[in-house]
Amino acid sequence: MLRVAVVGASGYIGGELLRLLLGHPRVTVTVATSSRHAGKRVDGPHPNLRGTTDLTFLDPGRLAAAKDQYDVLFLATPHKETMGRMPEYLSLADQVIDLSGDFRLRDPRVYERHYGVPHTAPELIPGFATGLPEWHRKEIRGSDRISVPGCMATAGVLALRPLSEAGLIHGEVQVDARTGSSGSGVSAGSANLHAERSGAMRIFAPNSHRHQAEITQATGLPVRMTATGVEAVRGVQVLCRVSLTDGADERAVRRAYREAYADEPFVRVVAQKRGLYRLPEPKILSGSNYCDVGFDIDEESRTALVVGALDNLVKGGSGNAVQCLNVRHGWPERLGLEFTGLHPN
Amino acid sequence: MPNCPGCEGSVALEENPRVNEIVECGECATELEIISVDPVELAIAPEVEEDWGE
Repeated sequence: MLRVAVVGASGYIGGELLRLLLGHPRVTVTVATSSRHAGKRVDGPHPNLRGTTDLTFLDPGRLAAAKDQYDVLFLATPHKETMGRMPEYLSLADQVIDLSGDFRLRDPRVYERHYGVPHTAPELIPGFATGLPEWHRKEIRGSDRISVPGCMATAGVLALRPLSEAGLIHGEVQVDARTGSSGSGVSAGSANLHAERSGAMRIFAPNSHRHQAEITQATGLPVRMTATGVEAVRGVQVLCRVSLTDGADERAVRRAYREAYADEPFVRVVAQKRGLYRLPEPKILSGSNYCDVGFDIDEESRTALVVGALDNLVKGGSGNAVQCLNVRHGWPERLGLEFTGLHPN
Repeated sequence: MPNCPGCEGSVALEENPRVNEIVECGECATELEIISVDPVELAIAPEVEEDWGE
């Protein structure tokens, strides 16, 4: 059994990592850290884990002393802080899978533009593989340092990249992203009060969001993103308005998706002519590691609406990280990730 | 296996298909009518539009 530690395990992403890793047949979770909950049981902040583990949270200051207890570190730690501690993390474990935003962007100047601070460990960036198996599987297989993309970026990249690779779209992409409240994290704040959040459709990033830089990095296309918080706990849906190149029609678009994802275990093309769920819908993806991608073409304007949807905590973070672990170790990619989602829910 | 005239996806048919039977494309969910069986030919069946936005 592979022994893993989850750093920052009391947050939503950390809790989802614990849920998935505790159910993984080839993994033992030996360490879960939290400064706020040190010494307490992990099934306190994560009550869904009752009966699955007797683990207690370790103070992160004792992570080094416990280094003989784990082989892999999963980092569910905050952006901007993670890069400062990365040299220590890298010295503690054979493999590090980072879910923070600090090692996603290849260019430290782009990082500074979107995160508002200079990158403090730019020399480490090239050593990280991008943790998106659909487009970086070979790289992940050979890497002990993996950086998992952002949730809205994952949906956007998986939806857009087959079309950009096939030369079917051009120009600026307008991305309208909608996200559930769990994307804001576990920290309390007035913006997350039920009285403020419930029923709101809050445009919290009207003209730019940091995940747009990841989409541009992956597709080569200029991206302008709007992000809106909606009435949901889990779920991300990105609506991408794109201009089609000459010859790009429905058949060419379908062919591009088919060629990109026919053998992918967690990407489904959903662009149907009938039914209630004709285009990707996050509601039916809760708890699953699927990302559904789809499209609808307007021949008259030569544009298309390209849609991606996923559970922000699973394929948008923890599930994708576990999939990367499976790829890295040559295990079946569905291992520990078989849940299909619920309908109705 | 015949292809969907809408999306070009492969359409699985039961054994011994009959003319005028309606089948569904697994890829785009379009309803298709079997218009001949030797060889099998499919055509898009008429559909009723749905609209949730009114």
